[in-house]
Amino acid sequence: MKRTGVFICHCGVNIAGTVDVQKVAQELADYPGVAHSEDYVYMCSDPGQNLIEQAIKDKKLDNIVVACCSPTLHETTFRSTVKRAGLNTFKCEISNIREQCSWVHKDKAKATTKATKLTKSAVARVQKNEALEPLSVPVTHRALVVGGGIAGIQSALDLANTGFEVILVERSPSIGGHMSQLSETYPTLDCSQCILTPKMVEVSKHPKIRLMTYSEVHDVTGYVGNFKVKILRKPTYVVPAKCNLCDECTKVCPIVVPNEFDLGLTGRRAIYIPFPQAIPASYTLDDKSCPELTQIIACGKCADVCKVKAIDFDQKPQIIEEEVGAIVVATGYDLYEKEQMAEYGYGTYADVIDGLQFERLLSASGPTRGQVLRPSDHKEPKEVVFIQCSGSRDPEQHCPYCSKICCMYTAKHAMLYKHHVHDGQAYVFYIDVRSGGKGYEEFVQRAVEEDEVIYLRGKVSKIFEENGKIKIWGVDTLIGKPIEIDADLVVLAQAMRPSTGSRELAKKLRLALDKDGFLAEAHPKLRPVESVTAGMFLAGAAQAPKDIPEAAGQASGAAAKAIMILSQERLFHSPTVALVNKNLCTGCGMCVAVCPYDAIAFKDGRVEVNEVLCEGCGTCSATCLRAAIQVKNFTQHQVHEMIRACLGG
Amino acid sequence: MAEEFEPRIIAFLCKWCSSAGSDLAGVSRMEYPPNVTPIQVMCSGSVSPLYVFSAFHRGADGVLVSGCHPGDCHYIKGNYYARRKLALTKKLLEHVGLEPERFQISWVSAAEGQKYTQIIKDFVNELKPLGPQAKLRRKPSW
Repeated sequence: MKRTGVFICHCGVNIAGTVDVQKVAQELADYPGVAHSEDYVYMCSDPGQNLIEQAIKDKKLDNIVVACCSPTLHETTFRSTVKRAGLNTFKCEISNIREQCSWVHKDKAKATTKATKLTKSAVARVQKNEALEPLSVPVTHRALVVGGGIAGIQSALDLANTGFEVILVERSPSIGGHMSQLSETYPTLDCSQCILTPKMVEVSKHPKIRLMTYSEVHDVTGYVGNFKVKILRKPTYVVPAKCNLCDECTKVCPIVVPNEFDLGLTGRRAIYIPFPQAIPASYTLDDKSCPELTQIIACGKCADVCKVKAIDFDQKPQIIEEEVGAIVVATGYDLYEKEQMAEYGYGTYADVIDGLQFERLLSASGPTRGQVLRPSDHKEPKEVVFIQCSGSRDPEQHCPYCSKICCMYTAKHAMLYKHHVHDGQAYVFYIDVRSGGKGYEEFVQRAVEEDEVIYLRGKVSKIFEENGKIKIWGVDTLIGKPIEIDADLVVLAQAMRPSTGSRELAKKLRLALDKDGFLAEAHPKLRPVESVTAGMFLAGAAQAPKDIPEAAGQASGAAAKAIMILSQERLFHSPTVALVNKNLCTGCGMCVAVCPYDAIAFKDGRVEVNEVLCEGCGTCSATCLRAAIQVKNFTQHQVHEMIRACLGG
Repeated sequence: MAEEFEPRIIAFLCKWCSSAGSDLAGVSRMEYPPNVTPIQVMCSGSVSPLYVFSAFHRGADGVLVSGCHPGDCHYIKGNYYARRKLALTKKLLEHVGLEPERFQISWVSAAEGQKYTQIIKDFVNELKPLGPQAKLRRKPSW
């Protein structure tokens, strides 16, 4: 038997408060194979690690088990400790007696018994661990950024300015995302488009960035450093190189559909440019509404008037294959569906609109050229009610989480409304006003003091139309009285939710989602931009509701993390991959059929594993009838030994 | 008064979802009974039916296999293979006379600490009235 050392961490009282660590150490000292067993207050501390190193040398240990927190936290720490002591990194296993034991149980005797079992099972495993060296693979020095909003733009520019090639994929016809729809941004009241469009132009002119708009990620295979991506390029039916933006085509197009950029406040033609500063500056022919393309009638008027012959009805969807080393996912958010907010009359009354629609009304480039006019009769509203937490912070009916940006943009909306309509009055219904951020609290105070916005703490119970006004029944919980307001316009601060289609994309990329459908980060505190999948990083509101500075900051963080991979010549791949015992393999091929990575192939009547492609999931080994294929350092024999250790005897 | 029967459960948890979800239960300090001893595996697809038999043979009163939700497997489709294989395993176990409650399969994501806690609580409550598992347990003479 190998000589195993066991080290039990107290983690202060995190473990020792519930688990009798001395008793675990004593029990383990008598366990077969254990040559040394001790406990210490903080194993991960420098003295703790020194104690392990010293024990390995003094007691001539072959391998160790550290009973401590989850392996996701300190496995790397202790593997480098054993390496410093001259052992192979795989000669260390972690027994998780904190998250799986001391933190979830109260009965000390039972928790101690469980901690002992868990640690014995780790000993059983490490006894059979082989020394392995990481496999090295080359790196593709190119990044993929999915999503062309502010987060995707920031990531793409940071990557490209570092010198790496970037493919930026955006599914709509232009980059810019929701930020391009905003009027002004809090707390400085900078014009949103004025600060965004220079970055959009930089993307389009950057020699290192390949921009693919109107495109979607179709499929992703491969692994960190070497992903293979298939991108679906939808046809725009317009050749950008020929189009001179004369706008003659939209004048003759007979079809009008709701304009997505103005959130349905205006219409657009079937052939359109989303907004004047769109990048790429080119038209798109929407094949869902074009009568020529849907073959309802032969139309072709746009092609007839196009002097430069830029319109090509024969374009087809294309699948483009690319290789990249790292992926940044910045797919952003959408607003909570209006159908869900029937209680506020959203979708029923034309003058109940959402925050993004109000941004368009305020915007100088919007449907009203920056005049605040309500949708129903284009009159200037004199009383405007803003309702915060519309769909947020409502676990019974809607989204349980706080959408984070609404308090601030509602203050901005109320303030800008007053700047446009000096004799108007703005009311804000709120649950709490959350204004954490640089200059944010001062901004809200400015809205209250300078622009005399009336903040009413309470929820709205009913909204209905009466005598051409929108009647609002609410309550001011601070004075304990019901409130009734006859409003001309109601603006709902709709909750943010993950953008439509992000769930499907997450499946393609093998990314995890949190309970609300946002992309899950590897660690909520310390790895906020990494996903659980190596080589894929998260930026912007796809991960959680956040505002522009936070999205831009996270995007730069994600770019930096991607650069850590792209700047390497070679990456190291875990060597815990499948291994075939040629003496047992009959070449039946069942493992070949189940391997998700096509890492197993037939050779000379047997099978063989491509170690670089293998991810070590072990599905092959559970399929093989003869146990001829096993994952290194997690063999079936090891698992049986672990089961035995857990159950005793 | 005789001591209450405490079932022994072995839980095979996939590293990416269920183990992470059970870790989250720990981080969130959600309490559940200590009857369960987890064994972390890379993927639920790697859980051989032999592991299940081995656990019952060694005296487990219940076995749980938990992986990522169908469609969300970190290894693309390992949990689909797990689902098929373990459904057959369950039938086989029932065929030889084991109570169906003793072998359970669940899907717990990395965000579902609460769900994991509830699964363990329910599992323990279901196993208690059944008493010790003797059907597949090896004889002491072995």
